[in-house]
Amino acid sequence: MFGVLMITLLLTIALVGSNMDTILKQGVIYQVRAEITENTTIAQGFNNPDEFEKFVQQKIDERIKTLGLDNPWYSPQRLGYTMYKILILDFGNATFLTSDSGSSNVGEIIFEKMPKTILLFTTATIIISIIGIVLGAASSNKIGSKLDRITSTFAVISSSFPVWWVGMLMIFVFAFVYQIFPARATPSIEPDDPEYILALLYHMALPVITIVLIGFGAWAYLVRNFMVGIMQEDFITAKKTIGISKNKIVYSHALRNAAPPIVTILALSLSGSLGGAIITEAVFDWPGMGRLYFEAINVMDLPVIIGSTYILTVLFLVSIFIADLLYGYFDPRVRTSS
Amino acid sequence: MSSVSTNEIKREFLKSKLGLTGIFILSGLILVSIITISVIPASTFQEWNNPEKWISYPKTSVPSWVNFLTSEKIPEHKIIPGKIFESQKDGIFLTSQQFGVYFDYDDFPSDFIFETKIKYSDSHLVQIKVIRPDGITLELLSTSLPYSEIDTTHSQRYFSTDSMIKKSLNVYKNDFQFELLTSSTDAIFSHLDENKVQKGNYIFMINTYGIDESVDVIESKMILGGKAFGLMGTDELRRDLAIGLLWGTPLALFIGISVSVGSVVVGLIYGVYSGYKGKKTDEAMMRFNDIIYALPALPFLIILAVTISNSIFLMIGFLMIFSWVGIAKVSRSMSLQIKTRQYVEAAKIMGQKDSKIIFRHILPQLLPYAFASIAISVPAAITTEAGLSFLGLGDPSFPTWGQILHDANTYGAAAQGFWWWIVPPGILIAITGLAFVFIGNALDVIVNPKLKR
Repeated sequence: MFGVLMITLLLTIALVGSNMDTILKQGVIYQVRAEITENTTIAQGFNNPDEFEKFVQQKIDERIKTLGLDNPWYSPQRLGYTMYKILILDFGNATFLTSDSGSSNVGEIIFEKMPKTILLFTTATIIISIIGIVLGAASSNKIGSKLDRITSTFAVISSSFPVWWVGMLMIFVFAFVYQIFPARATPSIEPDDPEYILALLYHMALPVITIVLIGFGAWAYLVRNFMVGIMQEDFITAKKTIGISKNKIVYSHALRNAAPPIVTILALSLSGSLGGAIITEAVFDWPGMGRLYFEAINVMDLPVIIGSTYILTVLFLVSIFIADLLYGYFDPRVRTSS
Repeated sequence: MSSVSTNEIKREFLKSKLGLTGIFILSGLILVSIITISVIPASTFQEWNNPEKWISYPKTSVPSWVNFLTSEKIPEHKIIPGKIFESQKDGIFLTSQQFGVYFDYDDFPSDFIFETKIKYSDSHLVQIKVIRPDGITLELLSTSLPYSEIDTTHSQRYFSTDSMIKKSLNVYKNDFQFELLTSSTDAIFSHLDENKVQKGNYIFMINTYGIDESVDVIESKMILGGKAFGLMGTDELRRDLAIGLLWGTPLALFIGISVSVGSVVVGLIYGVYSGYKGKKTDEAMMRFNDIIYALPALPFLIILAVTISNSIFLMIGFLMIFSWVGIAKVSRSMSLQIKTRQYVEAAKIMGQKDSKIIFRHILPQLLPYAFASIAISVPAAITTEAGLSFLGLGDPSFPTWGQILHDANTYGAAAQGFWWWIVPPGILIAITGLAFVFIGNALDVIVNPKLKR
């Protein structure tokens, strides 16, 4: 797992490394030139421009050397140093972007945005799973009924629409045609205002509704399929013959047995949605990590890109790990066999 | 699991309504693509981002079929070719380019432009007039062509937004019962007593007067800028959305199918080989598989698109990198089962090469599964590509549906209510996805009989 993390990091650095070097070097050149031109006495000391150019170049080379930029980004010491810094969550300073409080420390920016992403997607996922489980169980109770057919159809249709497109439509309908919700999901009041939380929740409504609308159909379908499988098992037939009511069997016995795969997929889908957050947040302008990532890509703010990729990967891996643990907890067969 | 023969699949598939619907939609889409590729010249999509090409189109106009649904008729965008009349009186040659239009809409046109190209020499006078349905003639513009001694070809555009036209309309300000504050088209197409559209025949004229010399009109047209145009309307950059959407179809199919075929083939071979070899090879290959599986796909796709290239072909490759993993896992476990079968072992004892056993004996068994997974993974590829394009990371030389939506988002189409710019691309993405999901599900049910109830 740690290995995967390192490889991810390595890949990210490999992909952005050469660009970062060029940008940093240009920065140094600019800085050195600015310093020299500000100090007029240095320029007066030279009588021909060639000599002056040479002096400037020499200064630039010196500066690049002291910063360690003369080694390419893949040289072991620089790579090791970069990796070490990222491991201790020191991502350095962002080139362009700042946090809301004005800090340009990448770690601070990310940790300011992360809670909002987690808030949005956890809320949505919880709502989706509740609706999905209830609906899925209900439709597996009566296979072939109207409810079942509607759920299945809805699942197939809803899952083929891109979330962000539905988001655009929702903004169009509910923010402009009927002005119920705000179009931008970023609240306009200051974060330290006591009403901020209320405003945030109000602004969160439209994204959450959209994500839920697209997600719950597929969930219900999934739960239904698991349940159908379980309802064919022998112990359920045995319970039926004893005379336990069907509703009780479905909602307590069968559902409990369907729990392990459901919980695993829940954890996985939560982490999967974090990746999808980039587009969804860009549409709704939700001030979370996805939008940060999008903005960072737009202005090529490399420290932010590296930092957020790292954090996203960590979150992804952690949720896979949690999914594994939960599976073991719910399904003891896995524990004993390993 | 794999004892289903091809014929059986065909027979079962033809029974499934869902699968047939899928095939039906898909063949419709393929038909559209073929028509697009063969009928619409490729230059249209190559010039998609060239604003000059679209200059004579209207800006953000609704599809013209909207007029069938509403009682208020929105003016359609019209390009009217000019008719040329020549006459001579007392040595003065008059060349008149006339444009007749029957205007019966409930809203004013947004503007009009005359585009002419004429060959002349010496000096000529130009006068633009309009005869309205109520018989009144308005003089719009009097100007002259630049003097030239030899024959020259001269192209000129006269815009209705020209301040000269507004000034000459001011002459008639006593005839109008309302104030001429708004654009000149609002006055030209209006009743005298109130600012409402006057329906009927309008004749616009560009008269060129010359002494002893007439002019040759090479090109002459009038663009009456409406607010409704074509099948799908136009966007903020005046582009005809129908062309973008039509070209998007073959592109989306191409992207979806090549990504899914590529990743399924790679995944199958990888998984089968790993399962067949077993032991350390299997272990190593599956660990590599796990690593790719644990990479967050979208962020990496974005980084790849930004740093390496956003060419559509490379993008297909990038999408493949992240989509073969699951298939490799499943096909590995399937090949683990198949390799214990007697005929495979017999082939092994006979001394056949590994590659031959894999391609001859194991892979054919997995084909039904492969087809199902190809169909199922197409929609994901299409939506992911659309998503990347939506973020502005798509290949700018091809108008994909995602890019149309990206443009819609950047120009605030939702805020301004340009529904025809947002709705069709998304629906097309969904329909294409649905077609493949239907086919995939129908195949899946046949291949995995467990799903049947």
